[in-house]
Amino acid sequence: MEATLTYTDEKNRGAVTIPGFGRPLRSEEMVLNMGPQHPSTHGVLRLELVVDGEVVVDVIPHIGYLHRCFEKHAEAMINYQQIIPYADRMDYIAAMNNELGYAIACEKLLKIKVPERVEYIRVIMAELQRIGSHLIAIGTYGMDIGAFTPFLYCFRDRERILDIFEQTCGARLLYNYIWIGGLSHDVPASFVEKVKDFCKYYRPNIKELNDLLSYNKIFIERTANVGVLPAEVAINYGVSGPVLRGSGVKWDLRKNDPYSIYDRFDFEIPVGKGLVGTLGDCWDRYMVRVHEMEQSLNIIEQAVDKIPAGDVQSAVPKRIRPDAAELYIRTETPKGELGYYIVADGTTSPARVKVRPPCFVNLSALPAMCRGAMISDVIAILGSIDIVLGEVDR
Amino acid sequence: MKEALLDLLHNEILVYVLMAIVPLLWIIPFALFAVWWERKISAHMQDRLGPMRVGGWHGWAQTIADILKLIQKEDIIPTAADKRLFILSPFVVFIGSYAAFAAIPFSAAYVGSEINIGLFYVISISSLVVIGLLMAGWSSNNKWSLFGAMRSAAQIVSYEIPVALSLLAVIMIVGSFDLQEINRAQSGPIWHWFVFQKFPFLFIAAIIYFVASLAEVNRTPFDIPEAESELVAGYHTEYSGMKFALFFLAEYANMFAVSAIASTVFLGGWNSPFSDFMSGPLWGAFWFIAKGMGFVFLQMWLRWTLPRLRVDQLMYVGWKVLIPFSFVIVIGVGFWVMLTR
Repeated sequence: MEATLTYTDEKNRGAVTIPGFGRPLRSEEMVLNMGPQHPSTHGVLRLELVVDGEVVVDVIPHIGYLHRCFEKHAEAMINYQQIIPYADRMDYIAAMNNELGYAIACEKLLKIKVPERVEYIRVIMAELQRIGSHLIAIGTYGMDIGAFTPFLYCFRDRERILDIFEQTCGARLLYNYIWIGGLSHDVPASFVEKVKDFCKYYRPNIKELNDLLSYNKIFIERTANVGVLPAEVAINYGVSGPVLRGSGVKWDLRKNDPYSIYDRFDFEIPVGKGLVGTLGDCWDRYMVRVHEMEQSLNIIEQAVDKIPAGDVQSAVPKRIRPDAAELYIRTETPKGELGYYIVADGTTSPARVKVRPPCFVNLSALPAMCRGAMISDVIAILGSIDIVLGEVDR
Repeated sequence: MKEALLDLLHNEILVYVLMAIVPLLWIIPFALFAVWWERKISAHMQDRLGPMRVGGWHGWAQTIADILKLIQKEDIIPTAADKRLFILSPFVVFIGSYAAFAAIPFSAAYVGSEINIGLFYVISISSLVVIGLLMAGWSSNNKWSLFGAMRSAAQIVSYEIPVALSLLAVIMIVGSFDLQEINRAQSGPIWHWFVFQKFPFLFIAAIIYFVASLAEVNRTPFDIPEAESELVAGYHTEYSGMKFALFFLAEYANMFAVSAIASTVFLGGWNSPFSDFMSGPLWGAFWFIAKGMGFVFLQMWLRWTLPRLRVDQLMYVGWKVLIPFSFVIVIGVGFWVMLTR
């Protein structure tokens, strides 16, 4: 005898109907406040959960605790170049990718062609950063599910990437490395060797991660068939990145709308297949990230051998004053489609910089995934979206 | 041991008090050691070093420093809390796990109280813990605490059934609840241990007992009541200072208590694995503690490897997997004992 939840009308919301019992059984709902200080909301997100026992009836996300006026700052009297450190601080886990999108947008405004060497280094940096970001997503996801050890294994590997970044530009988290028209520094002499070492070191570790976490029976039990997001719903919400691809939609801007030099590399777009559960469940979203790390390694390995010689700062303009124009540039960050809508008014600072943050849009699909799930599932679903509050709130 | 002390002191009450203190002399050093040990184990599993500074050699004094810090901390009682229950519950929890040690036979010469229903007593007295957890969760006046308490009540109540049933199989063979009697029934070579007897029934019973005991002491993969990534800290979210330390102490004492039962009932307790070699009262205590620590290590190992189950999955494992299997074992062993008698 299975008890089923029905949400037919307001009066009987959350009521349980038991076959053969007649009238629906109602229990009282409780509002549970998750966050902003909660270990698993990945920052300062507040979720207002309406729960019926352990079953979640509704989720209302409250955001804005980390709002830092990025867009207002960008409109204030700061130059185009000075916005780059602010862009770093949006998705602080994937700062390189944020810079890349902004730099490409400004270069389009200025109609500059950047040197080949810069393009190659940018792609390598962006892909290393993608692996770093996915490592955090996967590690913290394991921790949300209760497995502590994979988290530290992921951080151990991410440390190698940060070492490469540190050697290149001195910073480990917020780089200010990709400049408009070039880079802040050329890469050190040992860069190529270090990146190759990392690729060789990291490939076997993906297998270790799969053995420890991805195909763990309990992990699959917790994530398969949980938080299912059908492709149609995903598209309607406008989600992007691994969340969209987890639902089986093959959409990656690196292939579908290539920017920089991504059209020169050979790589696959992993999508969710519903291998252990329903298509578009938490496990699919998680697994897309694991496969994406392998593909990023492929891109890095192809790019690192071909870095041409040259100067990385030859195209960096002294003063940036684009003609009055407006444009929208989108790039694929680890979290999804990051878009910059920039309005230039002919001065040295932009009139408007509007950001289309992937995390914010992906987060909007959370209530749709959580209804009818349990409290533990809310944690699993939230972790599988992989939000960074710095980008949600900006 | 009781007789020897009586001869020495000629005061029955004093002797009982002394006998009651003995488990405490084990629990506190064990908890101090086990917390440090767990931190070292987890650290080495995770490519870290763990505590390295306090006390010099591999940070051995870390937990002593932690306890000193906890004693000095301000004892906060939330204004909205039910004050009396809030203060009382850590003690109820600790008493539950402490009292269980009264009947645990550390060696052939020492058991706090050799009662003829020892095993029965240990199982039932350790259920007292759940009342303390419920009190803590309820009195904190915090929804997260309440969730943790409700979860742990549901969990412990449902997992006591497979625990009791898997132990019942051994009781049917020995014909006694007396833990010393169970120990003596396993004396001799290693294959006399119950885990190797009536194969495969008791082997499976041992596994069922171990899995269910993990749930009894809220260890991963069943650490749902205090799931830190879901319920913040579960029933002890609002506790600080020494009250929190008492919960912690009780948790580690419980870990050893269930391991002690496992080693007594299935692994020969204080019996030496080499028959008469290396056996005797002191060697007995050594073997008993070594086996208990082995189980404690296993619990830690699992904790730092496995993710956590969900509440409904936990109930599924308990009611639909462990309980039917343990019934089969009880019936199987029952027939075996009846037919071979």
